Amino acid sequence: MSVEPSLSPAAAPEALSRDDVGPELLISHLLRSGVVLSLTLVTFGMSLTFFHHPDYFSSAQALQRLTTPERGPQGLTDVLAGVGEARGQAFVMAGLLVLMATPVLRVALSLLVFSRQRDRAFVAVTFTVLCLLLLSFLTGGVE
Amino acid sequence: MAKDAATAVTPFLFTVVVFIVSLGAGLLGSLLGLGGGLILVPVLTLALGVDIRYAVGASLVAVIATSSGAAAGYVRERLTNLRVAMFLELATTAGALTGASLAGLIHGRWLYVVFGTVMAYSALVMLRRLSGGECVAGAPVPDALADRLGLHGSYWDEEAGREVPYRVTRPLTGLGLMYGAGTVSGLLGIGSGALKVPAMDLAMGLPLKVSTATSNFMMGVTAAASAGVYFARGDIEPFIAGPVCAGVVLGAFTGSHYLTRVKSSWLRGLFVVVLLGVAVQMLRKGVSP
Repeated sequence: MSVEPSLSPAAAPEALSRDDVGPELLISHLLRSGVVLSLTLVTFGMSLTFFHHPDYFSSAQALQRLTTPERGPQGLTDVLAGVGEARGQAFVMAGLLVLMATPVLRVALSLLVFSRQRDRAFVAVTFTVLCLLLLSFLTGGVE
Repeated sequence: MAKDAATAVTPFLFTVVVFIVSLGAGLLGSLLGLGGGLILVPVLTLALGVDIRYAVGASLVAVIATSSGAAAGYVRERLTNLRVAMFLELATTAGALTGASLAGLIHGRWLYVVFGTVMAYSALVMLRRLSGGECVAGAPVPDALADRLGLHGSYWDEEAGREVPYRVTRPLTGLGLMYGAGTVSGLLGIGSGALKVPAMDLAMGLPLKVSTATSNFMMGVTAAASAGVYFARGDIEPFIAGPVCAGVVLGAFTGSHYLTRVKSSWLRGLFVVVLLGVAVQMLRKGVSP
């Protein structure tokens, strides 16, 4: 239902001699592909939802059902199961999860770069950030 | 009033309205150099009657998307200081975890109060930037930790036409300030660039351009840490977050690629007034729901 923004390489002031494929370029590619993949899934999922539920175009009660708490795929396994059944909302959720995972992958990539440079201090820093990120997906469920 | 109106619309209409509103927020945000969150959360809650936790959850996802999209460009241009970003993310992610967990514990009306306060503060930061040039911090104090971690860097200045080196100072002060910025971000679902940029620019001595790019880069990871907590708690609602995310990204993309940044100060002045007005609304909703 929406047009995909083709996040094409910003008609960037890609100045002069910047030809080496450093970590910057890798990170840039990773971020961009994460956003594009996520938006594709979200858009596809939203279209699928409305395709499966024609009543969403007319019924006002359906909205109440949709926006009341305790519905929709909430856990990781629910999302995967829903994607298998081609449920629209599960695809949207999968897209949102891809988006949430993009910065995590960026940190993981930085960890790789720093460890290859044998930069011990930054390996420790990056590893801690990665742990904090993984922790965040666990803490909410504990409460 | 808003809540009653919302129950009368169909899911399709709701999706379309949320999408269009997010498109506008993304467009305006990129024109004014803000994330969409500061605009998005008030519109979703005040105008569309969405629960503030769902609004914050959706906004966090949108912040990740806009930050990643913009950061991809900045990193390529080497404006971002990746080492400073990584180091400060220690504090922003820890803060985000604190803020996001706190949001689950405190009452919704306090969220409105905090949001209103931060919004008013951000408006004042914009106002200050409007009225006078940035005061440049004096020669940076040599710092042993910054030396050891190799935080110093340089960037290509288009106007000067040369590589400008800079030295970083007071990394621990920066860490402390970033913890606060991360907490606010996790609590309210905003990128909190208004807190991050001054922390790097004024406290740590990074050039403003580098501060802006690095702040933007860090927003993605910070918001991801908060979004994880919101997701695990079930506060990321695909029916709301989906159209928000798509709309904001499309708006921000359009804004940054097809329109030049608005420089006219009257528009910024007008926006500051609107921001202050909405801040008052948010405060009122918190004080007398």
